Amino acid sequence: MLSGELVRARSHPALGRVAVAIGLALVIAVAMGFLLVPIVALVTYQPPGRLIDELGSPVTTQAIVVSLKTNAAAMLLTLALGTPLAYAIGRHRFRGRRLVITLIELPLVMPPAVAGIALLVAFGRLGLLGHVLSVLGIHIAFTPTAVVMAIVFVASPFYIRGAIGAFEAVDATLLDVAGTLGAGPLRRMLRVALPLARVGLGASAALAFARGIGEFGATILFAGSFPGTTQTLPLAVYSLFDANLDQAVAVGVLLLVIAGAILLTAKLLWSWPGSRST
Amino acid sequence: MARLEVDVALGRRAFELRAELALEAAETMVLIGPSGSGKSSLLRVLAGLERPQRGRIALADELWLDTGRGVFLSAERRRVGYVPQDYGLFPHLSVAANVRFAAGRSRPDLLERFGIAALARSRPGELSGGERQRVALARAIAREPRLLLLDEPFAALDAVTRIAVRDELGAALRELALPTLLVSHAFEDAALLADRVAVLDAGRLAQVAGAAELVARPATATVAALTGANVLAGTATATARGCRVLVEGGGELLSDTTAQGPVTIAIHPWELAIAETGSSTLHDRVVGVHPRDGGLLVKLERFSVQLRRDAPAAGSIVAGASVGLRVEPADVRVLH
Repeated sequence: MLSGELVRARSHPALGRVAVAIGLALVIAVAMGFLLVPIVALVTYQPPGRLIDELGSPVTTQAIVVSLKTNAAAMLLTLALGTPLAYAIGRHRFRGRRLVITLIELPLVMPPAVAGIALLVAFGRLGLLGHVLSVLGIHIAFTPTAVVMAIVFVASPFYIRGAIGAFEAVDATLLDVAGTLGAGPLRRMLRVALPLARVGLGASAALAFARGIGEFGATILFAGSFPGTTQTLPLAVYSLFDANLDQAVAVGVLLLVIAGAILLTAKLLWSWPGSRST
Repeated sequence: MARLEVDVALGRRAFELRAELALEAAETMVLIGPSGSGKSSLLRVLAGLERPQRGRIALADELWLDTGRGVFLSAERRRVGYVPQDYGLFPHLSVAANVRFAAGRSRPDLLERFGIAALARSRPGELSGGERQRVALARAIAREPRLLLLDEPFAALDAVTRIAVRDELGAALRELALPTLLVSHAFEDAALLADRVAVLDAGRLAQVAGAAELVARPATATVAALTGANVLAGTATATARGCRVLVEGGGELLSDTTAQGPVTIAIHPWELAIAETGSSTLHDRVVGVHPRDGGLLVKLERFSVQLRRDAPAAGSIVAGASVGLRVEPADVRVLH
């Protein structure tokens, strides 16, 4: 019986290939469908005109403003602090380097809710540093500053990790030559390393920005969800979910468009011709 | 004038690099040696890109390094013109901007002088090998260096371009009249460009001398091999007028040099002659014959022989044939 099947299979090799192809096509269709159906459902939930009207409501416009402000501030902080840090790690070999990189990567795998709680018990009124801060009259928790901190904590590792790789990829000889041509450490970084790493830095920044725009868990625990001050777009989706599903879906579509645009930007940057060296 | 004095020791994985050199003002010294002998490391030490464990580097009245006194001038404070392998041009900057990086201002005069004014707006990626070298040199000169360091300037070039670029560099170096240290793995480059040649072998200077002197009197087997000599092991027995050397692989030769025991001998290809097998005490088998330098290079299993094209035996040398070899005892250099 078994040998008979083998003989038949061998005598019709084309049939076997067709069966494999059909099977593969089915698997691909199911997987893609699973990923695409929710997106299609979100976008087609209401007609486009209605969607734009919903986005004009006060709650949504407030959330857009809060999201833009806090993410812009978080991005600036991430670039200003993350770039020199990534440069130092990317261009130097030192004891404990891998440990430092692992620590930077920790927020990537930490559940966002845990990040929020951690920030709260560190900087909240009763937290580790919160007491000292409140003596100084500084209150961070449940303010826009808390939103910015939550975003930086969760999203900056995306940038720093990519930036380390981008700086590592810069040809060491060029930095050496820059030194012999009279350039000190700062000029070597600004005039040689930064321009040569710019594509990798840009793509990493885009990914970090995407992560920041979508930040939810850490923000809601550390900053709360107060419309106009700490309620970002993802938090607005959550709070509108009960009250006004149409609006929640509209904000969802907006976030989807932003995320898609950022992903496309990052991909275009990576595939930029000759972006690595010229 | 600016005389360079170097005495350094740098720990490497395989060996410790130790070198003591003095370069006269306007002297071009070519540093040759086998791969991994420490040539590039020595250049990097001089440029200030590596910090030796011990040593002293002084250029005229300027002290660049003195480990005993804790002096170390970083690369950006040394005023060296360093051109690494593949030239190290900044790919994101134009030719003019590359030169400006070193000068701190525009230097159209330098672009003019090195014949690259027409390329001012080009990126390094668009240039030929020869053009890249000119840009690298112009940029190094824009630094107004007191010492020029060139690492394998011809490594990236094809055989034809190499000759043109080497001639061009030779002319430029004569005109610049700076103390120059140039690293190469080819003795030919050294012979054509150098006032003196320094041979580095496993981190040590084996010999520092003019190219002709290295050919005539190599100090070590490595030096002899780098100059293109046949280098073979053998055993010497002292005679009244020198020694008789039993060559490894069979056969014997007479030398004017007195020696006894295990030796290394060096004979240049043009010092060997093909002889009748019967009249010779040394034989070898022909591997191949090809024209070179207006004559013929005969590759044997153990030796290479350079013959004139009209040498009597030239016509009868074919692959696989056994031939006799003859050499004047004065040309058999015995190295210990």
